[in-house]
Amino acid sequence: MKQRSRRPRKERVLITGIGGNLGRAVARRLHRRFEVVGIDRRSVRHMPKDVDIEQVDIRRRRVEDVFRRQRLDAVVHLNIMHDPRSRQDEHHQFNIVGTQKIFELCAEHRVPKVVVLSSADVYGPDPRNDQFLKEDAALMGGQKFEAIRDLIALDMFCNTFFWRHPEIETVILRPVHIVGRVNNAPSRYLRLERPPTIMGFDPMVQLIHVEDVVSAIEKALTPGIRGVFNLAGPSPVPLSFILERLGREPRPMPEPLLKMMLSTAWSLKISDWPVPELDHIKYVCMVDDSLARNQLGFAPSHDLESILHELRPGQRP
Amino acid sequence: MLQKVKEQVDGALIETIRQDVWERIRTMDAGQNGYGYDPFGFEPEFLKYVAPPAIALYRHYFRVETFGIENIPESGPVLLVANHTGQIPLDGMMIATAALIDRTPPRMVRSMVERWVPSLPFISKIFARAGQVVGTRENARILLRRGGCILVFPEGQRGINKTYDKAYQLQEFGLGFMRLALATGTPIVPVSVVGAEEQMPTIYDVKSLAKLLGMPAFPITPTWPLLGPLGALPLPVKYRIYFGEPLRFEGDPDEEDRVVGGHVERVREAISQMIERGLEERRGVFF
Repeated sequence: MKQRSRRPRKERVLITGIGGNLGRAVARRLHRRFEVVGIDRRSVRHMPKDVDIEQVDIRRRRVEDVFRRQRLDAVVHLNIMHDPRSRQDEHHQFNIVGTQKIFELCAEHRVPKVVVLSSADVYGPDPRNDQFLKEDAALMGGQKFEAIRDLIALDMFCNTFFWRHPEIETVILRPVHIVGRVNNAPSRYLRLERPPTIMGFDPMVQLIHVEDVVSAIEKALTPGIRGVFNLAGPSPVPLSFILERLGREPRPMPEPLLKMMLSTAWSLKISDWPVPELDHIKYVCMVDDSLARNQLGFAPSHDLESILHELRPGQRP
Repeated sequence: MLQKVKEQVDGALIETIRQDVWERIRTMDAGQNGYGYDPFGFEPEFLKYVAPPAIALYRHYFRVETFGIENIPESGPVLLVANHTGQIPLDGMMIATAALIDRTPPRMVRSMVERWVPSLPFISKIFARAGQVVGTRENARILLRRGGCILVFPEGQRGINKTYDKAYQLQEFGLGFMRLALATGTPIVPVSVVGAEEQMPTIYDVKSLAKLLGMPAFPITPTWPLLGPLGALPLPVKYRIYFGEPLRFEGDPDEEDRVVGGHVERVREAISQMIERGLEERRGVFF
């Protein structure tokens, strides 16, 4: 018994938005090394037994109890909604107020580490972009695509928090398009049998496997790590190359036509693709991940082959 | 079926390129990844579509003559700084072709293109695959770090769109290339193109119309727009391309414009002297 008490207790990590695909992947990876606590307003299934889950909206008072009950050693904030169909004010409220609440609680209860998952989409695709954007590049994603603005606001809020609370190690991760066992726009696009493409455009794209994002989050929990990090997977290739390797039959369409069709489909609620997102298959939005490689010690373990393998037919999540 | 036709066409295209040149293009080390693309989307294989028309223009239409091409160093980072003339940027294409087929061993020239180029359909894709890069400072830095050969036109639009009464008068040079060279310790090879100025002698530039059409300039030449689209073809002038000896500069890249401008003046002087020489040496515009 004596020996046991001398052993340090397992560190305790709170994962917000644990019910999502990414949340589940993080929980599964961390639950052996850490004591994992999770919150989500959705009901959560398929979770390891030793994970403690609270079903509550992040903006509610009850969330504070999770912080009060036991000392937390880290918070992984994944509770960020990306739903272009939901009402904008609700979307904004949930993301911004929710994040603010979590950060307030972290400051109040002296949680030493906060990891936030932003996205490389905050830089936004643009013809004037550097081929590889560094962490200090301007967050221009919102110039055309409104729905990304709350992610930008959130990212900037985290940056402010980073400077205001030097005692807390804040880590902001900006991964490129995440694919794998997730259900986000890029992976849904790449799973289409006959994906539309814009005629005459074929940008270079970077993909990252969801398990590699989880590895980066795990690395970010190391004491001493703080700051903003871009995350990228294997070396970039043209979009057409990916589609060809997947055996897809792309349908190239002139941009005005595609825009018209998409906006009609959007207003008729046939499609969930916001029109401005087309820029992602038109212009480059790639990141320079050298900081993550050098400071975070991050290296993607999934190469392009294994990423593509999971996107092939019959590999649905 | 379609696949077969494509293979045939590809084969025929490759045959028009000289065997040894194609062999060197194919085995070029441009820092590609395992799939044949470099980080900027350059695919050496793709040159089989671009090189044959470029070589045809080079050999038979403009009958390009080069002087001092051995001044481009064999390897390592280098900046080619050239004058920009002739309304259509064929001068860049001809310099790149010269380095590819008239130099042994060939060097792949990467030119820095305007920032709106990626927003043009088809052109954006073709340019990227053929090794052209959007001209941002960071992109140039990455290329030089990878030991690339970059072509820049510091006159930019001022040079290419000038009217014929200012022929062969160098316009104001930007300072960006010099700061880049100072920061990275890159040698500069001055390049002068003589002949391109006459391919589209412009009488007047209708600025208001250019603005309306969103174009950088709207030149009026003796044949354009008088003869319709045919009049927009460049005249079959003779190009002469002069490569000067590499210049090296040392100093602080963050110096005042006045100091950096002094270095730039030396490059400009070298280019201007070679233009003078070219104008004296040539016997006529078309031969």
